[in-house]
Amino acid sequence: MNSPEFRWVNDWIAPHTRVLDLGCGDGSFLSHLRRSREVRGYGLEISTDNIRQCVAAGINVIQTDLDQGLSTFETDAFDTVFLLQTLQAVRYPEALLKEMLRVGREGIITFPNFGYWRNRLQLCLGGRMPVTASLPAEWYETENIHLCTISDFENLCHRNAFRIVTRVILDAHNHPSMGGRMWPGLLGATALYRIQRR
Amino acid sequence: MSHQNLPAAQFVTPVTQHFGAPLELDCGRSLPAFDMVYETYGELNAARSNAVLICHALSGDHHAAGYHHPQDAKPGWWDTCIGPGKAIDTERFHVVCPNNLGSCRGSTGPLSLDPATGKPYGPDFPIVTVRDWVRAQARLQEALDIPHWAAVIGGSLGGMNALQWAIDFPDQIRQAVMIAVAPKLSAQNIAFNEVARQAIRKDPDFHAGYYYEHGAIPSQGLMLARMLGHITYLSEDSMGQKFGRELRESKLNYDYDANFQVESYLRYQGRSFVERFDANSYLLMTKLLDYFDPAADFGDDLVAACRHIRARSLVLSFSSDWRFTTTRARELVQAMLKAETEVSFAEIQARFGHDSFLMAIPEYLGVLGAFMRSIEL
Repeated sequence: MNSPEFRWVNDWIAPHTRVLDLGCGDGSFLSHLRRSREVRGYGLEISTDNIRQCVAAGINVIQTDLDQGLSTFETDAFDTVFLLQTLQAVRYPEALLKEMLRVGREGIITFPNFGYWRNRLQLCLGGRMPVTASLPAEWYETENIHLCTISDFENLCHRNAFRIVTRVILDAHNHPSMGGRMWPGLLGATALYRIQRR
Repeated sequence: MSHQNLPAAQFVTPVTQHFGAPLELDCGRSLPAFDMVYETYGELNAARSNAVLICHALSGDHHAAGYHHPQDAKPGWWDTCIGPGKAIDTERFHVVCPNNLGSCRGSTGPLSLDPATGKPYGPDFPIVTVRDWVRAQARLQEALDIPHWAAVIGGSLGGMNALQWAIDFPDQIRQAVMIAVAPKLSAQNIAFNEVARQAIRKDPDFHAGYYYEHGAIPSQGLMLARMLGHITYLSEDSMGQKFGRELRESKLNYDYDANFQVESYLRYQGRSFVERFDANSYLLMTKLLDYFDPAADFGDDLVAACRHIRARSLVLSFSSDWRFTTTRARELVQAMLKAETEVSFAEIQARFGHDSFLMAIPEYLGVLGAFMRSIEL
């Protein structure tokens, strides 16, 4: 796997479970999970080019616009639903999180922490929207329309009575640092969450 | 290389397979014996594991790819997809395409002689169903000694045929590809078919279907039926781009002849169809399409029908197809998901309407080709 955060997520998955990956890209995470955990399930993707790559890898993929919700799927159809580096790009994040926890028993979400100190520095001192390794695009061409901080996300979970089962905060090198544990909102570049319905 | 210069071995020759044992049909009748004509492309491997069944659509036949003669103007109807290095790669797969029962293109149908009377069946040919087609194709599979199909593939009615295969013979099919399909026809779909049938049946030359005996052909009716059908295969956009309001003689003639190019195109399509298709077969095919409803065998529960599917499946729709829309394809996909079938789905952006499944659209051939390459033999 090229993204080290996947290693963490991988450890949270029980073998032979049913999974759904929202915004599965080229299917590489599902391919990995299928080998390491023998999971069954589907990826959802909007881009036909990504769908072609998923299909080539033998991954089941359904062309879906996540902004239209997950009405195709039944309640409790999956053990785990993934939303990896995608939350900030969807039109209705709150509705999608609710949908995740309707169709799945557990949700796993990763996103770039907008409150990361480098972002704060660029915004506060530079007066410009941050451009960093995890947020590489300029504001006018980014797909990220709903950026949030760790506090913002946890507030939203609280508001919807989602239970945060596990939280891992990674630094810019994708390591869980001491600093990230002490000041996650400031020193965390990427946030990983496991959430469930209460 | 143009096909005129191909070595003789690369031309395709249809083969006829005779079946002597009766075939029981859904309608309660049976065919005492029948023939199926088919073509193959690519070699069957030693393990006999690379056979692919191609299912043709309403007016299709066994000639899916390649050429019969150096003089052929056009290759088989799905030559865009089937061939060496193509999406359905004949260097890897042994492709089998039969003509189906009830057709007029070589397999047993209304034009064939009824052994009971010694005359053509005509309108007395039993109304066969997609399930009957699958049974007949399974007999062909047996005759060819193919243990299972690596894939069963079809577009439109052919896609429905593939779906029925996946439900009826789950152990004999590893992959299913269903393109431009619906799980059953809508009232609107049936309505179009009914107008087509009425056009044929009301033709004075129809003679209640016994027109062969009268030395007649209901050509006006069949032509109209095809013209109507053809409109539903195209999109408003593709017709607009192809013809617009272009006139044949750069002025309005103030008469009822074909003034616009689109009128003369449709007339041409209708006339050329009459030369290659039989009216009784057309009636039969439209009825077979109307009757297709795999959920009906499972208390109208499509999910229950899909629970039988063991094949890994690919469903594709086209954005401009208004005959079987993406919404209809998603109905099928949703049922397959509920049944926890291994399925992938994509809507291809294409402007050619229902006929897109026959076109060389890169995005479409890309996804289909990727799926075919992912098949383990």
